[in-house]
Amino acid sequence: MQLDQLYQEIILDHYKRPQGRGLRDADRPDAEVGEAHHVNPTCGDEVTVRVAAVGDIVVDISYDGAGCSISQASASVLYDRLSGRCAGEIAAVHAGFVALMSGRGQVTPDEELLGDGVAFAGVARYPARVKCALLPWMAFKDAAARAGVGVSPTEVEA
Amino acid sequence: MTTIAIPDGMPQYDDVPRFDVAAVRADFPILDREVNGHRLVYLDSANTSHKPRQVLDVLAGHYAMHNANVSRSVHTLGTEATEAYEGARAKIAAFVNAPSVDEVVFTKNSTEAINVVAYAFSNASLRADADERFRLGPGDEIVISEMEHHSNIVPWQLLAERTGATLRWFPVTDTGRLDESGLADLVTERTKIVALVHTSNILGTVNATARITERVRQVGALLLLDCSQSVPHQPIDVVDLDADFIVFTGHKMCGPTGIGVLWGRGELLAAMPPVMGGGSMIETVSMARSTFAAPPARFEAGTPPIAEAVALGAAVDYLTGVGMRAIQWHEKELTAYALDALATVPGLRIFGPTVPVGRGGTISFALGDVHPHDVGQVLDSLGVQVRVGHHCAKPVCTRFGVPAMTRASFYLYTTTEEIDALVAGLEQVRRIFD
Repeated sequence: MQLDQLYQEIILDHYKRPQGRGLRDADRPDAEVGEAHHVNPTCGDEVTVRVAAVGDIVVDISYDGAGCSISQASASVLYDRLSGRCAGEIAAVHAGFVALMSGRGQVTPDEELLGDGVAFAGVARYPARVKCALLPWMAFKDAAARAGVGVSPTEVEA
Repeated sequence: MTTIAIPDGMPQYDDVPRFDVAAVRADFPILDREVNGHRLVYLDSANTSHKPRQVLDVLAGHYAMHNANVSRSVHTLGTEATEAYEGARAKIAAFVNAPSVDEVVFTKNSTEAINVVAYAFSNASLRADADERFRLGPGDEIVISEMEHHSNIVPWQLLAERTGATLRWFPVTDTGRLDESGLADLVTERTKIVALVHTSNILGTVNATARITERVRQVGALLLLDCSQSVPHQPIDVVDLDADFIVFTGHKMCGPTGIGVLWGRGELLAAMPPVMGGGSMIETVSMARSTFAAPPARFEAGTPPIAEAVALGAAVDYLTGVGMRAIQWHEKELTAYALDALATVPGLRIFGPTVPVGRGGTISFALGDVHPHDVGQVLDSLGVQVRVGHHCAKPVCTRFGVPAMTRASFYLYTTTEEIDALVAGLEQVRRIFD
């Protein structure tokens, strides 16, 4: 299998220059804040995602973590794609990304929906790495729920 | 030409036992395959070893020609299967120089073997008439170390929780050695058992156990050694080691998965209450109560992994044929070569001893800030199979301040060319992530 399918430039860019990294306090006093910490027990990757929401708008997503290029780049893409958007839009993107990652390389990604997330299409061919890519997305889902924003239904069968 | 003379009385170069690595490799069918378009470079033998044709043939041959249940049949096949199963036990007993064949208990793996001992303690602690050496309660102590595999941590944590005993541990030094400086304070009259890894699965450290054994004897405790990573790689003599229990697993020593060994002193096994109840482990059963068979049967409830045990016997024959001293020496040379080669890689940090003394052929490292998953993925694309992650030894990762490590591990079929392939692969990793 071609390694550059996995380590696309977009992924390496997000890994080396992550967007929105670092946990932040919400700058709006009226925001509901939720946080979730997820670990991948097989490899020790971890990520903490904090979501600040006003109504059904996610006004900020901040995160911190330690892990491989795939999990850390995925968190950066998630920040890019979901910050500032409403629950309905977020649910669509989230479902699209999870479907892409669960598709074993058979799903054609929707670039309009997923943006840089399409670069992860190659990751879906590596079953051992799918959980890395999904780690921040699953943490986000829990954090968002705690901030009052539902992202269901997206169950993973990775 | 200069020759360096080894002084008389020291081992001479020719005294070192050797074997033909190419001939050994020809016995392992899997070593011929390709991975991702490259020749397989398997550097994950500490995880599981490959199996030679001699073992695979015995495994298949048992099912093809001698399949029957053991220890209960009068018919010919049952007799053949029982003889093969018990014959394997005898081979394994001889392999570790056990004083008696009955001291070898077959388990599923090392994890189960450790759990058998831990649950024997647990069960004994519930009975006032049980042997005092196995009775645990508040005030009693269990001693392990910071360099254990999870399989030699969690069973003792659970045992301590069940009995109220206290769990204590040896720390690890910065160079990845067992820190024995607190031995006298750590192992005391309160200690009931010391459970220690013989060779670390993550740091490669081979622990010198003599001082610990001496202290254990002084205070009247018991000593269990986790030999999962030593029995496959060096001659092991349980009399010489002077332990009370050792555990090891078949799949890391050219045998199949699903078969492991608990060796225990006969007198201790005889004093241990049963752990799992069922067929084969009884003396007699009535509706109200049962009495139990002598060891090893007492600890082998149910139909055992028969073909796997027989194949492990074949693995032991194979290793003995090559020679355990020769295997140990081969790996020592590989380790010295690999430590030198890895030292040439910029930004590479080795966890554990960096000299080939008191360590085995298992080397864990970090490559700059590149996450081990990424290191392993790039290496895999070149056919190089290493393990990445916490290696079921999270406290060691924590000790060295990293979430995960990359690990290369060697065995009798490993070559220096494979180590060269690893080093070349690491250069490729640096090109992608730097």
